[in-house]
Amino acid sequence: MNTAALTAQPVASPHAHGGNSVTRTMFRVQMALVPATLYGFWLFGWPAFFLWLLTILSCLGFEALSLKMMGVTRIKATLFDGSALLTGWLLAMTLPPWAPWWVAVVGGFIAIVIGKQVFGGVGQNVFNPAMVARVALLVSFPVPLTMWVSPLPLTSLAAPDFIDGLRIFLTSLPQPDAMASASLLGYTKTELSRGIDLLHSLAGDHAPVLSWIGARSGSFGESASLLILGGGLYLIGVGIISWHTPAAVLAGLAIPAAIGHSVDPTHYLSVSAHLLSGAAMLGAFFIATDYVTSPNTVSGQIVFGLGIGLMTWVIRTYGGYPEGMAFAVLLMNALTPVIDRFIKPRVLGRDRKGKPLDIPETKEA
Amino acid sequence: MGFMNLFKHFLGDDWGVHPDDHKRPAADQPVRVMPVPARLYLPLQQHLGGPARPIVLVGQKVKKGELIAEAQGMVSAPIHAPTSGTVAAVTEITAPHPSGLTLPAIILDADGADEWIELHGCDDPFALDPAEIGKRVASAGVVGLGGAAFPSAVKLIGASKAKVTTLVMNGGECEPYLSCDDRLMRDAAAGIVDGIRIMLHATGAKVALVGIEDNKPEAIVAMQAAAAGFDSVQIRPVPARYPMGSEKQLIQVLTGIEVPADGRPADIGVIVHNVGTALALRTAVRDGKPLISRLVTVNGNCASQPGNIEVRVGTLAEEVIAFAGGLKGDGLGLARRVMGGPMMGMQIPHWRVPVVKGTSGILAFDTVEVAEQEPNPCIRCGSCVKACPMGLLPLEMSSRIRNEAYGEAIDLGLKDCIACGCCAYVCPSKIPLVQYFVHAKGELAAQDRAKLRGDATKKLALQRQERLEREAREKAEANAKRKAEREAAAAAKAAAEAAAKAETQGESA
Ligand code: SF4
Ligand code: SF4
Repeated sequence: MNTAALTAQPVASPHAHGGNSVTRTMFRVQMALVPATLYGFWLFGWPAFFLWLLTILSCLGFEALSLKMMGVTRIKATLFDGSALLTGWLLAMTLPPWAPWWVAVVGGFIAIVIGKQVFGGVGQNVFNPAMVARVALLVSFPVPLTMWVSPLPLTSLAAPDFIDGLRIFLTSLPQPDAMASASLLGYTKTELSRGIDLLHSLAGDHAPVLSWIGARSGSFGESASLLILGGGLYLIGVGIISWHTPAAVLAGLAIPAAIGHSVDPTHYLSVSAHLLSGAAMLGAFFIATDYVTSPNTVSGQIVFGLGIGLMTWVIRTYGGYPEGMAFAVLLMNALTPVIDRFIKPRVLGRDRKGKPLDIPETKEA
Repeated sequence: MGFMNLFKHFLGDDWGVHPDDHKRPAADQPVRVMPVPARLYLPLQQHLGGPARPIVLVGQKVKKGELIAEAQGMVSAPIHAPTSGTVAAVTEITAPHPSGLTLPAIILDADGADEWIELHGCDDPFALDPAEIGKRVASAGVVGLGGAAFPSAVKLIGASKAKVTTLVMNGGECEPYLSCDDRLMRDAAAGIVDGIRIMLHATGAKVALVGIEDNKPEAIVAMQAAAAGFDSVQIRPVPARYPMGSEKQLIQVLTGIEVPADGRPADIGVIVHNVGTALALRTAVRDGKPLISRLVTVNGNCASQPGNIEVRVGTLAEEVIAFAGGLKGDGLGLARRVMGGPMMGMQIPHWRVPVVKGTSGILAFDTVEVAEQEPNPCIRCGSCVKACPMGLLPLEMSSRIRNEAYGEAIDLGLKDCIACGCCAYVCPSKIPLVQYFVHAKGELAAQDRAKLRGDATKKLALQRQERLEREAREKAEANAKRKAEREAAAAAKAAAEAAAKAETQGESA
């Protein structure tokens, strides 16, 4: 028996704990990502796997390095709480599946060092690290970051084998034209700018219905919208996230999309195209729900989510980039402290302004 | 989690937490009555308010139920001898408190006869004047048995003055591990209902709502049967959820009214009592017996035979545990000793601490239950915000307190915190949030005291200054007066002399 610990410092109540831990939470989020990730491996082959692996490893590596440089003593515990791993995983999900190795390393550096440790580490960062990296990469290296490959399922003959995959990953040779493709959002945007309206550009191969099964080009985690949705529902089910944020994001995106599409279907994509394309699902369930960078009250989360959805739609529809989720998230991240300042839960026995409730004057005897 | 809870959870209206209750098997064991130990340790302060004042001398023989320390001040409660015997000492003993501080106490050696003093009961309490009931409850030393140990009579009298309409009975027992109230409701439902009716009579309230958590079906059935003939006593099952038994929460659930932040339940016509208190009150009024024993739950993974034990107040926890079957493996693996419930109870430094009137449980936790871990940084997950039954922002408050910005913590609602522990219970980073709040409240109290002291000193200095000035002024005035008098006298004398001179001159002329 450890008598010393018993008689030492008295501990305030409670003397029980619900058993939740950061590690467990992060682990569950990772579990929720597994189906979509496996599907991505199958769809895009070995290069996608290497990209995923290296992004995570570089995030962990930069995390360890920063902790060491800052003289943190519990490096191991912090490293294995799973948050850096998750950042890397989420970042990988948003990258083009055949992005070269240095994208993974630079991305890991930006996410962990600039996105997180500069702010003071876990819980201190204002912006979602994965999104910081995603946007920084996109702005700095627009070409490799918008190179999409057509899906080449591992089982198909043309899929690169392990060695080929490694070569593609490490050499970053320009991809053969035959494999190059565009994501739905990028494609429609280009076509619209060429004066081809949606009714024509979306005929045939790019019909949004393809999105439902996910076999289409796009970023690594974009293709499997339904699997992402499934993972998100699992997270809601086990109580890691509440339904408010994702619902608000999707609503914020769907409502303007519905209005636009019904007014002018030749220029505005449909609701399902919006919801199932790009990072909509990943953003709604996995990015916007990031604890650290989102508001901590339910009402605040709804405002936050609606903001992200709306901004995404605006950027997708009117902005220069085909996808706007990452920008929208960063923008709303910046507003989070403001939202938290103005939206607070009502304290029991007080009104919304914090004044004590009135004591009823008359009491029936 | 029942259906309603699930629904509310979905809506996000989900204050509080749903801990594993760990109530069984202890709750299902029949109550064991512990014999009187050889020596009893009776702290003079077993209640909220002023400590009692001893009125016995060392060596004095007392009977069971005899008054040995009387109430002192407006809010206080007397203490009675739990058995017959001899007063061995009036001294300091370890208090049931984590600090291991000592408290003055009366130590009583039992003589084994366990002989009552003459009792003055009452066959028909409903014929008594409410004020008389209050007096009897006060003199029997009845305090709230739910844990807070607030003198019951003070509450009763206050309630009848405030003209309350509703008596809310707390049978929630929302703390995990504890089952003493559960056991009382199963075994003595009729007595509790009778006590509730006496309370209604004493306060003038029209109706009693008895809230019992739905994880105690046996207690609900027993209480419903006992209350069947009385319209004024309504048994209301409530969802099991911590802290359902907290005053403000229970009132809101049962009556739908919120207690204003700066008010008391009486302000909205409500008074809250614990079911165990109702039984003690009934015994006090009907039998004239003071509060000298109570039911205590012995539980925790280290307790070899968990269960409920009727214990005389003043028995050492050590002896209660020994009677209950001791600790598994002689205390090997014991990680924490707690008095009260796991959520709000106190860690005690060793087992040589007496059971007092407010002791509801003696818990021996092993390392698995305590799950002690180093805190990690806050990940702003918001779990604490969702769990807080008061609608506070524990993460914000704790970060302010860490920066010693106590004022900001108060603005965030620190003073509304009821220290229920829900936030720390759910925190995945294991941040000892309650510890922060307790620390900050202590710090603020110290600041207030220092300020008061400063103010008092300033006032004294000011008074002294004033006094000096006044004295100086008075002295000056006195001097001036004296001078004036002297001058007047001199003038008068001069005048008289002049007159006399004139006279003599006149005579001589
Ligand atoms: S902040 Fe206070 S009232 Fe809220 S959960 Fe924590 S201890 Fe309970
Ligand atoms: S529960 Fe803990 S980690 Fe989560 S926000 Fe509250 S204090 Fe931070």
